Amino acid sequence: MTRMGFFTDTSVCIGCKACEVACKEWNLLPDDPPPDLLGMSYDNTGALGASTWRHVAFIEKPAPVELGMPAMGDTGGGTDEPGVQWLMSSDVCKHCTHAACLDVCPTGALFRTEFDTVVVQQDVCNGCGYCVPACPYGVIEKREDDGRAFKCTLCYDRLGSGLQPACATACPTDSIQYGELDELRERAAARVATLHDEGVAQARLYGHDPADGVGGDGAFFLLLDEPEVYGLPPDPVVTTRDLPGMWRTAAKAAVGVVAAVALAFVGGRR
Amino acid sequence: MPGLGTSFGRGGATTFQQDLANADCIVIQGSNMAECHPVGFQWVMEAKLRGARVIHIDPRFTRTSAVAHTHVPLRAGSDIAFLGGLINYVLSNELEFREYVVAYTNAAAILREDFADTEDLDGLFSGYDPDRRHYDVSTWAYEGAEEIAPATGAGEPEQAHHGGEDHRRSARAEAYGSGGAAVAAKPKLDPSLRHPRCVYQVLKRHFARYTPELVADACGVPPGSFLEVARAITENSGRERTTAWVYSVGWTQHTVGVQYIRTASILQALLGNIGRPGGGILALRGHASIQGSTDIPTLFNLLPGYLPMPGAHEHESLDDYVAADAGKTGFWGNMRSYTVSLLKAYWGEHATEDNDYRFAHLPRLTGDHGTYKTVLNQIAGDCRGYFVVGENPAVGSANGRMQRFGLANLDWLVVRDLQLVETATFWRNGPELETGEMSTEDIGTEVFFLPAAAHTEKEGTFTNTQRLLQWRHKAVDPPGDARSELWFYYHLGRIIREKLAASTDPRDLPVQELTWDYPVSGPTAEPSAEAVLAEINGAGPDGPLSAYTELKDDGSTSCGCWIYCGVYADGHNHAANRTPGSEQSWVAPKWGWAWPANRRILYNRASADPDGKPWSERKRYVWWDAGEGKWTGADVPDFEPAKPPGFEPEENATAQDALAGVDPFIMQTDGKAWLFAPAGLADGPLPAHYEPLESPVDNPLYGQQFNPLLQTYDSEYNPHNPQGSPVYPYVATTYRLTEHHTAGGMSRFLPYLSELQPQMFCEVSPELAAERGLEHGGWATIVSERSAIEARVMVTARVRPLRVRGRVLHQIGLPYHWGGNGIAVGDPANDLLAAVLDPNVHIQESKATTCDVLAGRRPRGRALTELVDRYRRRAEGSEQ
Repeated sequence: MTRMGFFTDTSVCIGCKACEVACKEWNLLPDDPPPDLLGMSYDNTGALGASTWRHVAFIEKPAPVELGMPAMGDTGGGTDEPGVQWLMSSDVCKHCTHAACLDVCPTGALFRTEFDTVVVQQDVCNGCGYCVPACPYGVIEKREDDGRAFKCTLCYDRLGSGLQPACATACPTDSIQYGELDELRERAAARVATLHDEGVAQARLYGHDPADGVGGDGAFFLLLDEPEVYGLPPDPVVTTRDLPGMWRTAAKAAVGVVAAVALAFVGGRR
Repeated sequence: MPGLGTSFGRGGATTFQQDLANADCIVIQGSNMAECHPVGFQWVMEAKLRGARVIHIDPRFTRTSAVAHTHVPLRAGSDIAFLGGLINYVLSNELEFREYVVAYTNAAAILREDFADTEDLDGLFSGYDPDRRHYDVSTWAYEGAEEIAPATGAGEPEQAHHGGEDHRRSARAEAYGSGGAAVAAKPKLDPSLRHPRCVYQVLKRHFARYTPELVADACGVPPGSFLEVARAITENSGRERTTAWVYSVGWTQHTVGVQYIRTASILQALLGNIGRPGGGILALRGHASIQGSTDIPTLFNLLPGYLPMPGAHEHESLDDYVAADAGKTGFWGNMRSYTVSLLKAYWGEHATEDNDYRFAHLPRLTGDHGTYKTVLNQIAGDCRGYFVVGENPAVGSANGRMQRFGLANLDWLVVRDLQLVETATFWRNGPELETGEMSTEDIGTEVFFLPAAAHTEKEGTFTNTQRLLQWRHKAVDPPGDARSELWFYYHLGRIIREKLAASTDPRDLPVQELTWDYPVSGPTAEPSAEAVLAEINGAGPDGPLSAYTELKDDGSTSCGCWIYCGVYADGHNHAANRTPGSEQSWVAPKWGWAWPANRRILYNRASADPDGKPWSERKRYVWWDAGEGKWTGADVPDFEPAKPPGFEPEENATAQDALAGVDPFIMQTDGKAWLFAPAGLADGPLPAHYEPLESPVDNPLYGQQFNPLLQTYDSEYNPHNPQGSPVYPYVATTYRLTEHHTAGGMSRFLPYLSELQPQMFCEVSPELAAERGLEHGGWATIVSERSAIEARVMVTARVRPLRVRGRVLHQIGLPYHWGGNGIAVGDPANDLLAAVLDPNVHIQESKATTCDVLAGRRPRGRALTELVDRYRRRAEGSEQ
């Protein structure tokens, strides 16, 4: 089947958090521990986790000097003060091409679906937690009171019925777009070109490139600043990338040792 | 609402949200649309994708600012100065859409010689009576017009109520929801606009001092920013381009709220942006069906369809009532038909010509029965019972402490809500118990909490922000004892009627004769909402009516709300129409039903030039088809379908027959958009910048500091922060967040929403934080004459100090969602506010007040009242 995914265009995100709530509603996720104000602008969720599969980040920073669109402060030419920029971005599991979580899962609970997404089968997960450090984005997490690992399923239970994921359905500005990945990549490239034409030099894609360290993401983003500003790793690498090489090296070493020992015996007879 | 009503004839948004996508420039002011109307905001984003310029003008940098091209921070309470500056920019550079202005506005009308402007009288208009704090409006009339239709409304002014006399007149103002104020004659005109007393010249003089420098001084907006906005809106208006203006409660909640909207109306009319695609003024309502709750009103001074409530001893007969209010010309000239049809809907067969259609059965106004006056009546012991339905005044209304003292002095209180909101529990956990000002044992109020069905648990309609009625099907049964409002009122009425059935007391006759026969079904005997909609639509001898033009004054038709007539045409529920957008035009006339007559852009005859041709291809919408002899286009024409552009009325014509083929504002008596309002408003025919009652600065324009007609209440429960007091040096403004719903009844009790915004906080600039030692994430105490509340501190560069009247001014942002109940709890911001109201619509000034802020949590118990008392004494001292 065609690979399906998300394109999250943060340049049109208004930070309404409808995606967070729709995700929790559809997936019946538990509410988070007793609420406290985090002090991270309007973000009181903090990060993706076992009970938060969409997370809207809010970043307040001085407006870039380019003064292009969008999201700038008072650029009226009437003040010398820099404007502020308020970036909002809805983060989600990246559904990597090379998914380390899946690679390390000993039970087969994590599997790749017919939509080329990565899903945990909760009835198979044994809670070993290997997937948690394996994820280069820090997405998957174990639920403390449950022991098992949870993350975004890209609404696997909706896709089969021809529905869109809950977050994409709830998004009022089409910041979250669901569709065929190839088509989404074309759409994203065109959107970046448009923004560049409008003078938004900071616009760039993240996770769209099949040549990156995870082989490209099934859920990729249009950002208006460096990935680090949004709390995203700048150059993610599938943590199991070097495993085959390491095994090959180990195998070579093993063969070498065996050969050396054998040689020693052979040599000894002489 | 009267801001739009007196300007254009109807008090509803002139356009619809989807049409924003056609705008070339969108100015959002007094609204945080992305945050408070996120779903509708998709059309702003769509416009932006199509290349429109988006400007946000607001004291704070919000989620709306974050995606706008330009954010202009201004001082809360100074919008008239800013908009007046734009009007002055347009007029002094002659950038108005001249042909539109001459043809479709009252710019050419000549005013009386004895009219005096605020420029002549230092902030007052002619006719001001300082003793009664009231305007005699006769000098505001057009020259040659003998008299203005007198205002209807309450009887004798009340002593304790400063706005009493004004109120009496202004009670009429809210009645401009569908039909402008009446003027008795068509004015003399000077189409050259050169006559010194024509509206255009008067307007020009009135705003001449609203210069970019003045705007900077009053609003804290540097001239560069101001001129950027001025250029954007004028470059994006005219034949080929249109600019839309969006406002919300950031404009209405001021003592000059109606005049804010008037200022925008004048500007948009000058730019030729009314009645045209991508233009207009979009009034965003505060929440679901607020438009509906004024169309079929929950307001004390209105009947359905904006018919005014009759006044005691003023409107003895139907003839008195209609004579006083009906304009002789324009569609309001048919008011008798609307009224008789309403009376027939109420009293059916009992309403006959012989008994004045039971006009005498209608209740009469005897004074101010607005919400704040009612609370004072409760404190005074005059109001003994109270229904609170889907409201939470203990948290959501200004001056929470005063609200709770009112609640505590009742015999009975009925609260219908989804959750046990603070209004239902004030007697056991209200803040006044902690301070020792109340004790549960002493509160005699018997509280009945009745659980309400949520919107998914009942059927009916919502009337949304763009006058669109959308039918809502029931998805699930309400749980337990929860019931719909319809169920509650139907059965309450049924039981009252049963109890009164045998009464011979004539005062019970209006209840006994009421038509109260809705079919019920199911185990809970739920009344049929569709039967109610059919009654609202109205019926004649041949069944359901199709349009309000079919209404008669001879008792042969009944109609529960004339502006909704047609929603049930042919016995079909048009509110339930659901043709997908992909299967119809972008105007989507087959989705729901909009009043009036399913028109989506009002006054759309103005989208064509006087000859009936589109102003431009790019902005074509409705035009005259000479071949067919009718108006046609993308929308239902807001005009008599076969009246040609060249039509000239006969000398003594009345009602719509008196309007010419070039009069697009058909609900106005003269068919024109009113740049100058010769009638209809209590506080002036033109907007003037007045300071909020609680302002840190003096009025830079006039000696008259604040709206001379603003309503205040003398009560020990409602003291005011003295103007300019150094004790309260900061400006505070209240607002909402996406994550919560108004006073929190629908959000603070839900874990998924509470965790997103878990605590009350205040937004302050880094500069103010440094000045007051406030720490990000720490606590602050905010103090006014009414109370002191605490909030977590959010230090953010999104709030910026402004330079106003030669000094640095700090503003503090206060979301108002929190109270003591639910999952996310906190102090209510409304406890800080005073009940001080706009004279036209009695809306409180929530958006601009003064305060002080201290680091740390507020004192507990008696120490809290002691803190506030200390502030009051200091403020008094500094005043003397």
